Amino acid sequence: MAASGGRASSAPLLGRDNEPTIFELSRPGRASWQLPTTGLPETPLADLVPAEHRRGAPVGIAEVSERDLVGHFTRLSHRQYSVDLGAYPLGSCTMKYNPKVCDAVAGLPGLAGVHPAAPAPLVQGWLATLVALEEALCEIAGMAAATLQPAAGAAGELTGLLLMRAYDEARGERRRRVIIPDSAHGTNPASVTLGGYETTTVRSDERGLVDLEALRAVLDTDVAGMMLTNPNTLGLFEEDIAQIASAVHEVGGLMYYDGANLNAILGVVRPGDMGFDIVHLNLHKTFATPHGGGGPGAGPVAVAPHLAEFLPGPRPVRLPGEGAEVRYGWQTPRRSIGRVHGWHGNALVLARALAYIEVHGGDGLHRVAERAVLNANWIRKRLSSTFDVAFDRPCMHEVVFSAAALHRRTGSSAFDVAKGLIEEGFHPPTVAFPLIVDDALMVEPTETESYETLVALAEGLERVAARAHEGTLEGAPRTTPVRRVDEARAARTLVPTFDAVGKQK
Amino acid sequence: MPDYLPHTGEDLADMLGFLGLSSLEELFASVPAALRLAAGLGLPEGVPEPDVLARASARGAANAAAGLVCFAGAGAYDHEVPPVVRALAGRSEFVTAYTPYQPEVAQGGLQAIFEFQTMVSRLYGLPIANASLYDGASALVEAVNLGTGSTGRDGVVVSAGVHPHWRSALRTFAAGTGHRVLEAPLVEGVTDWSALEAEGEVGVVVAAYPNYLGCLEDLGPARRLADERGALLAIAADPVGAAIVRSPADWGADVAVGEGQPFGTALSFGGPYLGLFCCAASHVRRLPGRLVGETLDADGRLAYVTTLRAREQDIRREKATSNVCTNQTLMALTAAVQLGWLGTAGLAEVATRCACGARYCRDAMLRLDGVEPLTGSTPTLREFALHLPIPADLAIERLADEGYLAGVALDALVGEDGDGSLGADSASHGLLVAVTERRTKDEIDGLVAALGKAVR
Repeated sequence: MAASGGRASSAPLLGRDNEPTIFELSRPGRASWQLPTTGLPETPLADLVPAEHRRGAPVGIAEVSERDLVGHFTRLSHRQYSVDLGAYPLGSCTMKYNPKVCDAVAGLPGLAGVHPAAPAPLVQGWLATLVALEEALCEIAGMAAATLQPAAGAAGELTGLLLMRAYDEARGERRRRVIIPDSAHGTNPASVTLGGYETTTVRSDERGLVDLEALRAVLDTDVAGMMLTNPNTLGLFEEDIAQIASAVHEVGGLMYYDGANLNAILGVVRPGDMGFDIVHLNLHKTFATPHGGGGPGAGPVAVAPHLAEFLPGPRPVRLPGEGAEVRYGWQTPRRSIGRVHGWHGNALVLARALAYIEVHGGDGLHRVAERAVLNANWIRKRLSSTFDVAFDRPCMHEVVFSAAALHRRTGSSAFDVAKGLIEEGFHPPTVAFPLIVDDALMVEPTETESYETLVALAEGLERVAARAHEGTLEGAPRTTPVRRVDEARAARTLVPTFDAVGKQK
Repeated sequence: MPDYLPHTGEDLADMLGFLGLSSLEELFASVPAALRLAAGLGLPEGVPEPDVLARASARGAANAAAGLVCFAGAGAYDHEVPPVVRALAGRSEFVTAYTPYQPEVAQGGLQAIFEFQTMVSRLYGLPIANASLYDGASALVEAVNLGTGSTGRDGVVVSAGVHPHWRSALRTFAAGTGHRVLEAPLVEGVTDWSALEAEGEVGVVVAAYPNYLGCLEDLGPARRLADERGALLAIAADPVGAAIVRSPADWGADVAVGEGQPFGTALSFGGPYLGLFCCAASHVRRLPGRLVGETLDADGRLAYVTTLRAREQDIRREKATSNVCTNQTLMALTAAVQLGWLGTAGLAEVATRCACGARYCRDAMLRLDGVEPLTGSTPTLREFALHLPIPADLAIERLADEGYLAGVALDALVGEDGDGSLGADSASHGLLVAVTERRTKDEIDGLVAALGKAVR
């Protein structure tokens, strides 16, 4: 008999048993909802919705008691790894600890309870929040102005490319190509296409850095700009950044900074000072707004002065005026590319980021970068005899190992190592990225993990490597709610909803 | 001052010693000295948490709108979010997880999204629902990209009944994709599709249901236009309304999108919200964003995993169907919890109560001298537009003094782009009012009385 309401799994604290779907827990006649007393006269549905517009049958959702609802989602939560549970050294994702004070800020009724279309005089506190964040981000990035609208890093990238385009058009040009290195995040080329440009890929050299000669060879006046992450996705600082930027600027192109790895350089060096013109920042990485299992993020875009007039609007601004009281309002830049969000961006994420910046201050942010880089280098050196360091030189906030040699010798790949590390109680590093490293294992410990945690993580990875040599890694993990999942089957016999169950061939 | 960094002085010395370094600064040797910040960031020093919280509270207190009884809508609604939903959706296992790249340790989040996809699919009547997009506007942009990609035609015909901000975003992104966006005007709240008959190739027709002025339009003409032109029909549907009015699938939609904020997410000054995206099975390989599917693990046990990953940017790069990576998963999970709490009956009850309250409020307002409907006799559902005898922004200002956020001024909503189908007078005097299940009779009566005074 399928489980119905009230059933707890046999080992709920371990999250080991499969949890039925909410649809299977449903029993007609149960309910949780309670709505306020309104005192309004009831009007029959037939009088509210003309027959030709009425829905034929109710939307079947589920019928569960509140107690069962709580049990269901609590048991699901026990089947989910998270930063609060343990280290999450997922390279390129900056899974640092998310301070709870930021949750408290986002939960303030004075912020969370505000309608986005309320007139400016009634939302002065929100406008002050947004202006303060924009100013702080511009200082951190070394830029002049910003838009807070983009809802994630990829949205920021596309916004930046549309700014590039508007800038081109304003100069009467129609450039067609954008350059990205072969180590770039996949969102970069995808955004380039949506921005109406073609991607030109430039290779990395033996240092793991942009090959300056290869770059010069593809530069001409058809290049609208170059997108670059610095430190790059190998965790290495692009030492030639000044020459790269001036070469791109010489042909009239713009430099775009992918802010995914900003955590490494907070307060050390700023994208603006490196020669970048457009910068997106991933607030859910660097500024610790929680990742939510895949969002919400926020991807504000900051620009140099010559691009400010193209920014999306309306923008929150401090209004000119006299007297002690500062007033805020909205303003759309003169040649704005238009809206890139339905409202003002992921506002509560933005408020969390501001709180994070305020707690840390300029000095604290600098310490964040120092500790992040220290932790990554400690891991690099400690594990350099266990795995090959892809580019063996000091790294920034993350380090990329290659498991290719281990793979050849033992048959266990980076993927197997990742699965083995799960049995050690850690979330695995990023695998198979960047694409230019065979069997990549990308480790980003972040600054909030302690020395003891790093030691435990390193020991865990060493044990996993030893198991690879013993030939006992195959089939890991065995201690998790489910074991390795059949991804090919999921794609072949697509079951994307409960209603599709049993209907596939 | 304490912060979130665990390193003791001893740890730092040990770790630097292990690396053969004598200072933290040496870690940055690869950063050219000429580029480095000499004096650090020009930001104030860090302050303790309680001070930061006090500062944020003060900013919150400066948002007078938070204390007003909310009759504003336009895609963002003040619905009931019970403590149980906040408690479950706020569990840190969900809040502080990353994208489920390792399904063995992410079954909880994956299953919640699978349940979310099922609920959205049932609501809109189409078999495929993704794991979320940023918001309604971004879902619309992706629907248009799917439609033009699938038909190979770059013409987009959009009803002026689609939310003005969404249309604005559509125009912004069309600069990159090269789509030709044409707007079909509204006449008394109903789209006049005939205005675009001369237009060339059309890949997508976009309608809204109810439209942004709250009207329920007959979407038969939109479906016919799409059929005649070999285009897909995309419908932007209010997900609460969908509980009691025809689903996008009932109107023949190929793609349905919506703003999922009403399902458990606070007004939040406009974000983070939840982009809903549904489509017919034939378009699944062009689906933007993530998709969770059921499968089996090595022991043959039921398991969930993100699937059809070959569409996505990290694999297909410049040929990906979309650049979306991080989306709004936590809001999607929240929606699954909220919908689970509402259940079949509660969802219909919320929609009915909204419509009921809106009817009561509209009837009462139309009894005021000089207040006229803006959309003729076209049926409305949970939101409605009125023409006031005074500018709407002035009315909102006056009613704020009485404790009400009376609605949204159409002028502010259509923004500087204006709205061709809304005359200047209608825009400046147009007020859009929404009523949710949270609004009581006393609040509505109070609002109507205050409006009566304000327009006299």
